[in-house]
Amino acid sequence: MKKIFLSIISFLFIAVMAKAQDDVYPAPQQKGTLYITNATIHVGNGQVIENGTIEIKDGKITKVGAGINASGNVVDAKGKQVYPGLILPNTDLGLREIAGNAVRGSNDFAELGDWNSNIRSIVAYNTDSRVIGVLRANGILLANVAPQGGTLPGSSTIVQLDAWNWEDAAYKMDVGIHFNMPGLLNRPRGRFFAFFGGGQQAAAGTDPVKAALDKIEEVKKFFREAKAYLSEANHAETNLKFEAVKGLFDKKQKFYVHCNEVKQMLVAIDFAKEFGFNVVIVGGSDSWQIADLLKQNNISVILGREFDLPTMADDDVDQPFKTPYMLKKAGVLFCLNDDFEETRYRNLPFNAGQAVAYGLSKEEALRAITLDAAKILGIDDRTGSIEVGKDANIIISKGDVLDMRTSIITDAFIQGRKVSLENKQTQLYDRYMHKYGLDK
Amino acid sequence: MRKKKPLLRPGFMLSFLFLMMAVAAQQTFPVNGVADPRTGSYAFTNATIVKDGKTTLNNATMVIREGKITAIGTSVNVPPDAVVINCAGKYIYPSLVDIYTNYGMPAPETGTGQARGTFNFFQQQFTSNTKGAYGWNQAIKSQFNAYEKFVADPAKAKPLREIGFGSALTFDKDGIARGTGTVVTLADKKENLVMLKQKASANYSFSKGTSTQSYPSSMMGSVALLRQTFLDGQWYKTNPAQEGVNLSLQAWNDNQNLPQIFEATDKWGVIRADRVGDEFGVQYIIKTGGDDYQRIDDIAATKAPLILTLNFPQAQNVEDPNDARYVSLRDMKNWELAPTNPGVVEKANIPFCISSSDLRDVKQFWANLRKAIEYGLSESKAFDALTINPATWLGVYDKVGSLDQGKLANFLITNGPLFNEKTAIIQNWVQGERYDVKNELWNDINGHYNLVISSPSGTKNYEINVKSGNTADVISGKDTLAGKFSYDGKLVKLSFSTTPSHKPGGNGGGFPGGGGFQGMRGGGAQSGASIRLSGVNNGDVWQGNGMDTSGAPVLWTATLVKSSPEATKPERKAAALHLGKVDYPFGTYGASTIPQQETILIKNATVWTVDKDGILNNTDVLVKNGKIARVGKNLSDNSARVIDGSGKYLTPGIIDEHSHIAAFSINEGAESVTSEVRIADNLNPEDIAIYRELSGGVTTAQILHGSANVIDGQSQLIKLRWGVNDEGLKFKGADPFIKFALGENVKRTASSQGNQRYPDTRMGVEEVQMDAFTRARDYEKQLKALPATTRRNLELDALVEIMNKKRFITCHSYVQSEITELMRVAEKFGFKVNTFTHILEGYKVADKLKAHGSNTSTFSDWWEYKLEVQDAIAYNASILNKMGLNVCINSDDAEMARRLNQEAAKSVKYGGMSEEDAFKMVTINPAKALHIQDKVGSIKVGKDADLVLWSDNPLSVYAVALYTIVDGTVYFDRDRDLQLRKEISAERNRLVKKMIAEGRSNPFAMTAARPSLQVILHCEDDVDHQKGLLETDSYDDVINQNQ
Repeated sequence: MKKIFLSIISFLFIAVMAKAQDDVYPAPQQKGTLYITNATIHVGNGQVIENGTIEIKDGKITKVGAGINASGNVVDAKGKQVYPGLILPNTDLGLREIAGNAVRGSNDFAELGDWNSNIRSIVAYNTDSRVIGVLRANGILLANVAPQGGTLPGSSTIVQLDAWNWEDAAYKMDVGIHFNMPGLLNRPRGRFFAFFGGGQQAAAGTDPVKAALDKIEEVKKFFREAKAYLSEANHAETNLKFEAVKGLFDKKQKFYVHCNEVKQMLVAIDFAKEFGFNVVIVGGSDSWQIADLLKQNNISVILGREFDLPTMADDDVDQPFKTPYMLKKAGVLFCLNDDFEETRYRNLPFNAGQAVAYGLSKEEALRAITLDAAKILGIDDRTGSIEVGKDANIIISKGDVLDMRTSIITDAFIQGRKVSLENKQTQLYDRYMHKYGLDK
Repeated sequence: MRKKKPLLRPGFMLSFLFLMMAVAAQQTFPVNGVADPRTGSYAFTNATIVKDGKTTLNNATMVIREGKITAIGTSVNVPPDAVVINCAGKYIYPSLVDIYTNYGMPAPETGTGQARGTFNFFQQQFTSNTKGAYGWNQAIKSQFNAYEKFVADPAKAKPLREIGFGSALTFDKDGIARGTGTVVTLADKKENLVMLKQKASANYSFSKGTSTQSYPSSMMGSVALLRQTFLDGQWYKTNPAQEGVNLSLQAWNDNQNLPQIFEATDKWGVIRADRVGDEFGVQYIIKTGGDDYQRIDDIAATKAPLILTLNFPQAQNVEDPNDARYVSLRDMKNWELAPTNPGVVEKANIPFCISSSDLRDVKQFWANLRKAIEYGLSESKAFDALTINPATWLGVYDKVGSLDQGKLANFLITNGPLFNEKTAIIQNWVQGERYDVKNELWNDINGHYNLVISSPSGTKNYEINVKSGNTADVISGKDTLAGKFSYDGKLVKLSFSTTPSHKPGGNGGGFPGGGGFQGMRGGGAQSGASIRLSGVNNGDVWQGNGMDTSGAPVLWTATLVKSSPEATKPERKAAALHLGKVDYPFGTYGASTIPQQETILIKNATVWTVDKDGILNNTDVLVKNGKIARVGKNLSDNSARVIDGSGKYLTPGIIDEHSHIAAFSINEGAESVTSEVRIADNLNPEDIAIYRELSGGVTTAQILHGSANVIDGQSQLIKLRWGVNDEGLKFKGADPFIKFALGENVKRTASSQGNQRYPDTRMGVEEVQMDAFTRARDYEKQLKALPATTRRNLELDALVEIMNKKRFITCHSYVQSEITELMRVAEKFGFKVNTFTHILEGYKVADKLKAHGSNTSTFSDWWEYKLEVQDAIAYNASILNKMGLNVCINSDDAEMARRLNQEAAKSVKYGGMSEEDAFKMVTINPAKALHIQDKVGSIKVGKDADLVLWSDNPLSVYAVALYTIVDGTVYFDRDRDLQLRKEISAERNRLVKKMIAEGRSNPFAMTAARPSLQVILHCEDDVDHQKGLLETDSYDDVINQNQ
């Protein structure tokens, strides 16, 4: 009887597991007071508080420091490290379930056409993506979800990673307009582009650099006309593409320029000068070459994944690893990203750890995935550090979160809500540990 | 003696000549009109005749008749019917022979627009489109004969004649086996008369050219096809009934007796072609890519005669530093050093020919040849390389290549020694026909002339100072008059204004007020107010007619007063060249000598032995003769280089079970079974990935074929010995492996255009395996029973080895169904699947894997990049490890391979693996999976000294490799790396400056800056991999770009 009962239990267990992550519920709104105690608090701004306490009320951080009395709802973080929730600053998370282009049905990240400034990523954001739970389990709690298609792909929205639907998920809506800068390299057309007709590639026989410069001029024309259009309130015919970029001119939106070459970045600076846009470079693999210039022009950078190869065989073998340090030295505001498709962005903290091995301090590296990411995305008034008044977006790790050896997240809070760290992968792990009768 | 003498009687000679003439006069072609037979008899007297590289005759005579040399020497009687040409001051050389052209060949019919060397994976073509009784592969065109298709082409012959060539081998530069070449002269005559040797060569390459057939799609596929065709040719000699008539194989066999010429595009290709030849007893003559100097010892060791070209790279416009940034040091070094190539080849005592092939413009030929001479090539070897060598190699030295009686009258008349910078080819005679090149230089017309212009109104005198064929001053008293002059060898044109010009070379007179309003009329003044003269040159006197300024007719003569003295400019002194060094490997991060083994003592390190000793603190490790000699405390060795390991961690070198670096191609994706292809056939020891991975502690890597096919190609295990050649990279004495694949890649799921290749499902995958092993089993039996008549099949040979446990499988796999499926197929044929690689759902069938006895090799945390990896979990390695399987973590990625230690560490995070177990997954476990655990994978006395000294716990993200040692040789040293960076930067700067200087001095020779692509090869072949700024996924892109 007991045996049968156990079998039924296991059967139920398996049945539940087979659905995978569908029983992981978004946490309800946090009400009342919550304390995290005995913690080593890495504030996110460089400061570390030993044996500290964090007081959270109704989703906001109300007190941070040593010697704060805690009672009632307490999470004891003794021996653990406490950090602000990590921020993924540019991603297709929720827009593409299966990376690559192999599964067309899962693709919602690139719209047809070249001038898509009116496209909004948030409406396609899938809160039930299996990837989201895996990121949460590694401490990533916020993400800037960006569309990719065309020269002006549209606007991105910042989401929090524990939600029932996209309206719940939206943390800050339509935060910026993206621009895929055409390449200014005299690079021959790739073979595959001959078949598929890549968007940025020049037609056969034309000078790719000239074609790119022409395209850039078209983009400028777009913004000049948009500016003129927006100076007049009444229009016989409404232009949605122009309406969509209004926030750029009144600096409510950032201008995310996706580019890597120095010449492209010089053009990006030119955009900042002509239109007064708040320019953020996304990618910036060669940004170290003009770090001082970027600083002088207040251009911030979302670096592409750090686990990348140097551009040239002649480059320092560790160039991508030390680029963050070089930007830091020059005083450039930058943050780190993980856009590696095969691992689906879960290694963001280790990108930061790698930068520590090549020059950054641990707190500087942390800042590059928390507070400075928040600054660049324009949400540092609400998150990015463990400071009073901000949302309680907090993670607790058994050890150093930047090192895979020790980065084991035990608790995560979004707006004070203790979110589940379970996900499809942990469930499959449980399922097969069960099958083989193994103990964790 | 006397009886033999009559042979030389003049009478006999005459009748002999008469006979020759009579024979020559007969032909099948009718004459429309009246016959015009001529003997073409000429005598060239008083010449300096260079008969060949060894013999020069001064003041000699050569007689030609009927297109041949009938006499040559210093005491030759000039026949009375010969036209005599006085060649005093002239030199006569044999016309040059080009051993590598496609002169007169039809333009290749292009296929479906596929780029060279690539294949279109959604338009697969499995067999040849060539109609007729030919072979299965469209790139084997042995049946092609150049002599059948040759059409003389005056427009192409002329530029070749003008640079001195009189005859050439021509063939179709298309395909892997290109059929035969024919030797023709460059005379503008009927094809019948210019063909010197119908079948003079058999030509080959690694490029399938215009073949639209999918196979081969890779370098290793080309090699396999060549090898299999050799075997097929041998088998075809047994007249196999099942093959019927195969004209391609028949021609392949017939062509073996000809000189075998192979086109390689780079130094490794030269070595590769030679190896293919060695296997089948063929010594190829190899046309090189011009980079032989980068590995001259290896090239010389092939003993292959070489064909060199002079297509030196152009200077690039690197004025813009942002453009210069993307031009690699390797490309710049090659630009600087490529002109040394002929000289370096000569000094290595390699026999060679020089061809005009591949030049952007054949007019560059002499400039580039002289540059090669300036950079070390000797004039005498250059001459041989253009005359006797090609003629001898092609078996036509009885006709061309030197000036001897009975040979063709193919010769050059020059106005000086051939290689002098100022020397010009005046005429190039081919088969006794004169072709003018710079005939105007026959007579040196420079000098002062008295010009007398006479008209009914009287005569006027001027002086002409002729400076060259198109510049002359007209002097009237003290004034120099502006004018125009031209001389084409015969006709003279001269016009000049009578108004003095004070601007040197100015037109139309610029003297203010001097010429009145006439002079002010600019161009009008030139034509309207000049004296215009036209005439001919009759030696030292010129004469003709013209018009004066008023339009009245005049007559004129000009008489030479005094020749210009020979220009006495001192010989241009060869400037010191200041060239960079050839490093190993060539390009970047190399060294001028290949690193050597050392005796090394690492002191006081924390030693992770990955052995039963576990982790040893404050321990010393002594390395001697490439092996680990001792492990212990307080070791000493006076001869050792001591490395302080205190505070640092010493581990065995990392072994990457799954890598795609260091090869020129990875996927032969054209067929579902390609077990005949071998990664070893196309190793690239200069892949920068080797150095980058050394910087991450990798010492051994298994280079696997990609996963495009059910049965892929043969693997190559390498050690990361940076700077050695391809043979030196190989891990010696290791078991051979082969790659298999399952699932989406072999089904071509990612192809957006669908798939035509069988299989399209996992059901079909099983059948492909069953079919292949069944065929292999039958083949093995047949081979044993009928060894003489059974076709050797390289594809099945490899499968037979698997069944006999002499070759081992590494299988790309993801989902549980396919993993189980392959195990069951293997069991049916009596072998085990040695390793499942990737195996992301391995955790679902860990028990079955254990029972079968496979090793596993997985990614730490990859998932959700395809449908088949949705259930991939980062806990996979931990579960497999807990189940007692041998687990490895692999990279499959040139970037991640630099941090395999971190990837291993992720199992500490996901599943709580112990640190020691985690590190085993990148050291001893892959060593076990690869059957090399007795040589590498742990720190144990007697094992290979493959070691890494880390700055931190080797599993930490903060750990950096300080030293990476392979076989006791330090291949990566972080301090030396910093030094190398400085050197690279300085060398780049030097070359950029040099390129800019050359570009400024010769803007027409400069090209736009060309970004140097970085080739990163991948497992899949049906996905576009171009992630980085300069990344590409095929070496063909680099070749195409550089063309």
